[in-house]
Amino acid sequence: MKSVENEKNHIIPYKTFLYVLAVLIVLTLTSVTLTQISLGALTVTIALIIAAIKSSFVLRIFMHLKFENKMFSRAVIGVIMLLCAVITVTLLDYLNR
Amino acid sequence: MSTILVTHRDDLASKTGMWLFLFTEMLLFGGLFIVYSVYRYRNPVAFHLAAQELSVFIGTINTIILLISSTTIAMSITAIQKNNKKLALLLLGITVILGLAFLVNKYFEWGEHIKEHIYPGSSILALRGHGDVLFYGLYFFMTGLHALHIIIGLVFILVIATSILRDKINSENYVLLENSGLYWHLVDLIWIFLFPLFYLIT
Repeated sequence: MKSVENEKNHIIPYKTFLYVLAVLIVLTLTSVTLTQISLGALTVTIALIIAAIKSSFVLRIFMHLKFENKMFSRAVIGVIMLLCAVITVTLLDYLNR
Repeated sequence: MSTILVTHRDDLASKTGMWLFLFTEMLLFGGLFIVYSVYRYRNPVAFHLAAQELSVFIGTINTIILLISSTTIAMSITAIQKNNKKLALLLLGITVILGLAFLVNKYFEWGEHIKEHIYPGSSILALRGHGDVLFYGLYFFMTGLHALHIIIGLVFILVIATSILRDKINSENYVLLENSGLYWHLVDLIWIFLFPLFYLIT
């Protein structure tokens, strides 16, 4: 039986995933430690920036976006921008009432 | 007479379909995050105090459990690509066990709140004021919806594992394993944002 392959497949080494896991756990613990110290308004910003960095690792390495057809990355960026736009508009509305 | 069997398969289309579905999931949770931001903005003190009642310890453990489970399912794709069926199945097994561990933790966490009469519709919670009702309403709804996704993901992974056992998924054809991985990573991704918003920002 012959199968029709329409893309070359990239094999990610096991080690890469373990390194990414280590980075993700360190980032999680950093986030927990930093938010336990009271930093006021900065806390939200720091926690969300760390969450965004963690997401980019998950998206690029675990979800293979780095090695995949560029179409997927562009679509993901598009969805994230749409969400950010909706959040910004909603908050602008509430902050200026 | 010789016939060549050709299976018609389009891995790119399969993955595109999965991603399109994941986009709807992102928008679903994105909408809930907007609701959370607005309610938090309108009830800052109640959200601040209510969030302090959640256990940062259990939350952190659950975050690490999900991160490890994401790693194991990602590694199972490498295993199947290298034609190592046993390792792929073992890694999927670990992923399922970690997913179940997450749910068990969630069960105890929710149990504690319910014991203290904190749950949507509770009259004792209602006495604590509007902000607390909103916070716990969102907490139970969003973590509950996330837990539902974990359950669906676990079923998905178990179906994929049986396909690997029956050699329907192999080193030549593993796009379904990749799609189940994508779903599982999305569940992880949502938790990456749920965790700081509910547990850390107090």
